[in-house]
Amino acid sequence: MKKLRKILERVIEAMLTVSGAVTSIAILLIVAFLFREGLGLFKSPTVERGYAVYVNSANPVQSLLPWQLKEIFDFQIENWNELGGPDEEIRVFRFNEIFSLYTDEQLDADNDYALLPERLAEVIAANPAIIAYLPQRYAPVEDESVKTVQTGTITMAQFFLGRKWMPTAKPAAQFGVLPLVLGTLMVSFMAILIALPLGLGVAIYMSELASERVRRLLKPAIELLAGIPSVVYGFFGLVVLVPLVQRTFNLDVGETAFTGSLILAIMALPTIITVAEDAMRNTPRAMREASLAMGATDWQTIYRVVIPYSLSGISAAVVLGIGRAIGETMAVLMVTGNAAVMPHTLFEPVRTIPATIAAELGEAASGSSHYQALFMLGCILFVITLIVSITAEAISKRKHEVGV
Amino acid sequence: MIETKKVDFFYGDFQALKNISMRMDKNTVTAFIGPSGCGKSTFLRLFNRMNDLIPDIHLKGECLIDGQDIYARGVEVDELRKKVGMVFQKPNPFPKSIFENVAYGLRVNGMRDKNFIEQRVEESLQSAALWGEVKDKLRKSAFELSGGQQQRLCIARALAISPSIVLMDEPASALDPISTAKIEELIHDLKKHYTIVIVTHNMQQAARVSDKTGFFMLGELIEFSDTKKMFINPEKEQTQNYITGRFG
Repeated sequence: MKKLRKILERVIEAMLTVSGAVTSIAILLIVAFLFREGLGLFKSPTVERGYAVYVNSANPVQSLLPWQLKEIFDFQIENWNELGGPDEEIRVFRFNEIFSLYTDEQLDADNDYALLPERLAEVIAANPAIIAYLPQRYAPVEDESVKTVQTGTITMAQFFLGRKWMPTAKPAAQFGVLPLVLGTLMVSFMAILIALPLGLGVAIYMSELASERVRRLLKPAIELLAGIPSVVYGFFGLVVLVPLVQRTFNLDVGETAFTGSLILAIMALPTIITVAEDAMRNTPRAMREASLAMGATDWQTIYRVVIPYSLSGISAAVVLGIGRAIGETMAVLMVTGNAAVMPHTLFEPVRTIPATIAAELGEAASGSSHYQALFMLGCILFVITLIVSITAEAISKRKHEVGV
Repeated sequence: MIETKKVDFFYGDFQALKNISMRMDKNTVTAFIGPSGCGKSTFLRLFNRMNDLIPDIHLKGECLIDGQDIYARGVEVDELRKKVGMVFQKPNPFPKSIFENVAYGLRVNGMRDKNFIEQRVEESLQSAALWGEVKDKLRKSAFELSGGQQQRLCIARALAISPSIVLMDEPASALDPISTAKIEELIHDLKKHYTIVIVTHNMQQAARVSDKTGFFMLGELIEFSDTKKMFINPEKEQTQNYITGRFG
């Protein structure tokens, strides 16, 4: 009997160990997967796989950067001399144009367009100032009149410092995350700026000043707020806050970074309040009594003893609040207007990292550079939250060590 | 000087103190003894109005310090507490440095003068017989001290604002014998400058440190007399039974 029990205990112990190990490994694998998918981006070609950019061999331009490609095909760069070439107007050629230049017979349409490469070569040879974006399958053979432009792979600098996020632009997608990162930081920072003083204020009121009856009513009400799904908050934001912000600040659109901050602040409040309040209420009675016994007033006791004592709990509250703000997707997606452009003020539409991932992952082909770029965004988000929580850890540790 | 006249004290409907009148003179040590729940701590906490923190209490009778009724209207509780310091059962230093713990009372009373604060901190630590042990680590956290040192720090903290009365609520009950001996010695020294009231569970301690002793039971003051007399020749049988260890 006793032996059986011992064996049973061993088995349970082993199961607990295994479940712990499995969880840790799963988390590590998820992170590894995230980074593996994301880092693939820096090996991807600038131009979509299966396509290439061609020019006339007479053209001295050897290689083009993604932003240059984009501006050429958007007709913002119109002359080769802007790119170090001859003073000639650029002739942009898209694949479809070939069908208006030649008939199906000329292209041998019945025979899987067997003559297409030849015809394309003719077009390129005839136009020294041409630039053509073509599928490699029908691409002309490189010879004395046709040459492929080197477009290289996406670099880290382009990704982290790029100011344009246009993941579906042709021929070269623009993966500059700066507007997204700035949008995220702006919205989150502003949200914390609003939520923190308010949340700490309510926490202090609830733990120190409110009567027992008020507290018993208020606390469940606040905890209830934490349970509302974010899409409902988003809906509320869209219907109430967006028009309100638009009217109050007399804006063209109400879907701004500021609106996002407001909704995020409301969403982060319950977390900040409950965690901070719990921390403050955990201040030992002896600590308060010691302070009061020396003639300190209630308020002096709060800010000289209770708050320093509960600093680690308060910083936990801040981190959880920031964590929620940075990672929050749905509500922000619904109220910030989602314009992936560099934000200049709080009252412009912005787009955050999580909103971008949520909105675009569905349409990004698995394994494409767009898909990899979205994973890279996930990595950035991961690193930001990691930094935030390490900082908080450091703050709460410091209090225990010195506590001046 | 502390004087109470016919004090009744209630927690809600429960009467914790019954008709207590007594007088504690300047520069004496008065000990309160009695079994748990007898009301001795409640009585002690009347003198700095610490009981005010508990909801639903009330008091009848008068409680005078230096002739002034401290429960009269218009009495500033924080001013009262500056005059009547308190040391608690468990050492309860703040999560601050040793220096800041002692300086706390001065700071909350609006003291800004750095030199004065430093001087007062040193004096208080010396009065609490702790200066020699901590003078080289004043900026270290108070939590790094031993339990006995922490309690002496709390005494220094109470002394820093120059109270005239020091209340001690079982100040040595959480300490080892050596630390206890140090605290008792300290109480002896402090008598010169302060009026001390101490609650204790330890009868030998009461006998060693106090001039007068009050014996409480079930909210009543059974006997109050000179310590020597109380321990050698008590008047009441209940006192006799308690100090000889027959109950309690």
